[in-house]
Amino acid sequence: MAIKYASEEWVKAAREAINKNPAYQEAAKKWEGDMYFIVEPEGGLKEKIFMYFDLWHGECRAASVVTDESAKTPAYRFWAPVGVWRQILEKKVDAVQAMMTGKLSLKGDMAQIMKMPKAASELVNSMLKFETEFPW
Amino acid sequence: MWYFISPEVVYGLDAVTRLAQLEGKLACIITDTNMVKLGFVDKVKEQLSKAGMKINVFDGVEPDPSIETVNKGAAFLRQYKPDWVVALGGGSVMDAAKGMSAGYERPDVKVEELNPFTPLGPRTKAKLICIPTTSGTGAEATWGIILTVTGEDRKGSFGCRECTPDIALVDPAFALLMPPELTAQTGLDALTHAIEGFTSTWKNDFSDGLLLKAIQLVFQYLPRAYRDGQDMEAREKLHNAACLAGLGFINSMCAMAHATGHALGGVFHTPHGRAVALLLPYTIEFIGDAREELWAEIAYTLKLEVPKGKKAAPILAKAIRDLARSVKEPLSIKETGIPADSFNKSVEKLADNASMDFQLVTTARAPNIEETEKFFRYAYDGKSIDF
Repeated sequence: MAIKYASEEWVKAAREAINKNPAYQEAAKKWEGDMYFIVEPEGGLKEKIFMYFDLWHGECRAASVVTDESAKTPAYRFWAPVGVWRQILEKKVDAVQAMMTGKLSLKGDMAQIMKMPKAASELVNSMLKFETEFPW
Repeated sequence: MWYFISPEVVYGLDAVTRLAQLEGKLACIITDTNMVKLGFVDKVKEQLSKAGMKINVFDGVEPDPSIETVNKGAAFLRQYKPDWVVALGGGSVMDAAKGMSAGYERPDVKVEELNPFTPLGPRTKAKLICIPTTSGTGAEATWGIILTVTGEDRKGSFGCRECTPDIALVDPAFALLMPPELTAQTGLDALTHAIEGFTSTWKNDFSDGLLLKAIQLVFQYLPRAYRDGQDMEAREKLHNAACLAGLGFINSMCAMAHATGHALGGVFHTPHGRAVALLLPYTIEFIGDAREELWAEIAYTLKLEVPKGKKAAPILAKAIRDLARSVKEPLSIKETGIPADSFNKSVEKLADNASMDFQLVTTARAPNIEETEKFFRYAYDGKSIDF
C-alpha cells in the first residue's frame, strides 16, 4: 500500500528502508551529518514540510516530520518543490542532476557531499523501496 | 532538464592566431617549465603581443597539481589582475588554470569547495583560454578540475559549470612534439572519455554523436600518430578527437574506469591516461549486460565483427586491448611496474578511493566495495572480469 509522501509514516518507512539497504550502509559508512529534506508548497500542497533525518555512519538514527523548523539545526538542508521530489522518487529525474540544475537546492559542507556521491544515490534508492503516494 | 555546456572552440592549424584577435590589456599565461623550454610559451606570447597585451607568466604547475599550487596561481592572478588567463599545457595545467581563474574571480571560495551544485557566478575579471598541448584530457572543453589532495593520497574532482573555459584553442601544432609514450597515454585517455561518456547513465543525445566520432578517430589515428609524431593529419584528428570527447563526456560524465583510474593514480601516481585506459576494458567486462546494446553500437561504429549470439562487450574490450598493445601500453596494473606487495597493501585504499569518486554514480553497473577490491585484483593480474 502506498504511503503518503512526507507524512510521519513515510519518514518512518524511509528510515527503515535506509537501515535495511546494505549498499547505503557501505557507501555512507563515513557519513556524519543530519539533514532536513524540505518540501516546498506547490499545487495542492500549501505549507512547507520539514523532514528530519539523522544519518550517521551508514545508519539512520532518527527520522521525523518537524513542524517547527527551528526545532533542529541540521548540518545539511535540501529543498525543492514537491513536484521535483516526486520526479526524483519516480526516477524521472536523477537526484544529482536535479542538484546540478538547481531544481533541488542544498546547503551544507559541499566538500563532504562531493566525497560521498554514491551515498547520496543510495539514500534515494532506499526511498524507492516502498510505494509513495503524492496526493497534492 | 539538462545542459550542454561548451566553450567557443577554435581548431585547426594556426588556431593560435585567434590570440592576436583578443581585446585586453594584460594576459597571464599559466603553464609549466617544459612548455617554456619547448618554445611554446614564446609562440603564445608572440600572438598575445600582436593583440597589444602585456604578458605575465606563471610556469609553476607540476604534473598532478596540488590545491596549494592552484592557490599560489590564484594569488599570482590577483597580484597582476589580468583580463585574460591563458592556460598552455596538458590536463594538469588546464585544470590548475581553471582553479586559479576561479580563485581570482572569487577569492572567497576555496578551490576544494568548487562543486557542481553551487553556482560560482560568471567570470567578470578575466576570461579563460585553454590551449592543449596533449591530445587526450579534453580539459580545454570541460569544467572539471582534477587536483591532488595532498596528505590523502587521492585525487579530488572539483569544479562547476562556470569553470568551463571561454575559448578552447585546439591547434595541432602544439601536439607535434609529444613523445610516442605520451601520445599513446593521452590518446587512450580520449578514447576512455568517449566510451565512458557514451555509456554512462547520463548519456544524452547531444553528447552521443561527438563521442562516437571521437571513438572512431582515436582507433583510426592513434596508431599513426604514435608511429610518426610528425604525421600532421593524424595529429590534427587526434587533437580534435580529444576535444570532441571532452565536450561529450563533460555533459554526460565518465564512469567506472575514471573512478578506479583516479584511485590508481592517486595512490601510485600512474599517469592518468595510462591508468584509465588500462582499466577501461575491465570495466566494460564488469558493466557487461547493463550496457550491451551500447557496446554493440560502438562495435558497429568500429566495424568490429560481433558473431550472432555473442556479446559485444568482450569483443570491444579485446579491440581496446589490441589498440593499447599496438601503442605499447600496459594491459594490467602489474605491467605498469607496481610491485605485488605494494599493490596488496594498497588495494583497500584503492577501493575506498574509487568509492568516493563522483564518476561511480554515473556507472551503469556500480560495484560495491568488495567487488571493487576484486576488480582491482583482477586488473592487477590481467584477468578478464567474470563476476
